[in-house]
Amino acid sequence: MITARVWRERRQRYLNEAARCKGCGRIHFPPRQVCDACRGSDFEAVRLAETGKVLSWSIIRVPPPAFAQEAPYAVAVLEMDDGARMMAQVADVAPEEMRTGMRVRLEFRKIRQYGRTGIIAYGHKAVPVA
Amino acid sequence: MRDVAVIGVGMLRFGELWEKSLRDLCVEASLAAIRDAGVERIDSLVVGCMASGLFTEQEHLSNLLADSLGMGPVPATRVECACASGGVALRSGLMEVASGMSEIVLVVGAEKMTDVSGEACTATLATAADQEYEAFCGATFPGLSAMIARAYMEKFGATSAQLAAVAVKNHANGALNPLAQYQSKITVEEVLKSIMVADPLHVLDCSPVSDGAAACILCPLERAAKLSRKAPVRISGVGFATDSIALYRRPELTRLPAIELSAQRAFKMAGRKPSDIQVAELHDAFTIMEICALEEVGIVERGQGAQAAPAGRTALNGPIPVNTSGGLKSKGHPVGATGVAQAHEIVLQLRGEAGPRQVKGARIGLTQNMGGTGGSSVVHIFEA
Ligand SMILES: [Zn+2]
Repeated sequence: MITARVWRERRQRYLNEAARCKGCGRIHFPPRQVCDACRGSDFEAVRLAETGKVLSWSIIRVPPPAFAQEAPYAVAVLEMDDGARMMAQVADVAPEEMRTGMRVRLEFRKIRQYGRTGIIAYGHKAVPVA
Repeated sequence: MRDVAVIGVGMLRFGELWEKSLRDLCVEASLAAIRDAGVERIDSLVVGCMASGLFTEQEHLSNLLADSLGMGPVPATRVECACASGGVALRSGLMEVASGMSEIVLVVGAEKMTDVSGEACTATLATAADQEYEAFCGATFPGLSAMIARAYMEKFGATSAQLAAVAVKNHANGALNPLAQYQSKITVEEVLKSIMVADPLHVLDCSPVSDGAAACILCPLERAAKLSRKAPVRISGVGFATDSIALYRRPELTRLPAIELSAQRAFKMAGRKPSDIQVAELHDAFTIMEICALEEVGIVERGQGAQAAPAGRTALNGPIPVNTSGGLKSKGHPVGATGVAQAHEIVLQLRGEAGPRQVKGARIGLTQNMGGTGGSSVVHIFEA
């Protein structure tokens, strides 16, 4: 059921909810049930830092069907200012403007639409910090 | 544990095989391996396949294969580990024989990728990544590998031309392999001029979409001479390791620790070291992956991987020939078949049956098969 699948991730996708391990302090996105750094299972919900930087990136020119209208688009590994890592599209940037180390901010955007059901999934994309 | 030998191998030429179904591929490779070994029966079969459900709407492939081979009541198991499905199937077959559970085991790797559109194929391959947090935002499998390539190039000053040299070398080897999908040489210029799939990776940095299957027959080493006329090739070591499925969770984007650990485990079991290896098949799904694997397995020093192909170190006539079959790049990469096809090449090399691409006097070989962007890696060591 695609509706449930999109809905159950709402706290991560809409609010950028991450989990801070009470054992070692590491922030995980998405939240986990077991910390892969210390094997702890006691977490508190935190919001991801809104700004961070690009660690590596690519321009997707051969996209999967759900992203056919958007190609070429940039996808990047991000390190947020709280140390958490995530992957996101980088929007509002031309391919030739992409740089490793670039500062970005997360913005709430439409991510994709699911097949015939037409369910729209929202989430966060990164945009360059001016 | 008992020592285990490969006594038969079989494979059909990889390619866009419109006239063959997934069932046909599995059966043809299996029969070729059974004929090669000269055995009358098998006691068990293991088939590695990544995504027959998404590619062909067929699950329960193990049962389908046992039935189609007329091997009726044998136990049949399907193994899935993304692009490492074949290598992990080989490990499962090895464990059955080593443990004494089975005597003669058929291991098959297969994938039928061309029954779906190119876009659907891209989406299916992306299921090897973290579906909800990588594929969700539009990352593709080449895109994730491209991010490793960019991080590597920026850290070590590697160039697109050095990456291209891997493709050029593997195509030169594939040109000598009658079972390779592409049997034509290419140049560095052609790679650099080919269209960009996911910057900085060009289409000729990527392995193709392929249909294909490969198979091998395993038995206890002590029974090999009785069961088969073929010179047995012993599997002296196997190592398997996992890492985070999502690339973004790895502390160092230029490292693939699962490859290193799987290789170390295999070397330890075999009592060997990287410098003992005389021929290797590494998982070059993308040119950057052969470069990383060379370093992680320990064949070249860290940061030196990109210089190996341009310097001829990994060429067919070089000190350590890598991907003599043409690799995934030129031989083709039907994802679930790849791990078994790598074993097929090393067995031919150690038997001295590799024809024009024979590495003279090769006695010890290695295969490294990876799932996802380094989430799983399995290494086997073979000895004549
Ligand atoms: Zn922890």
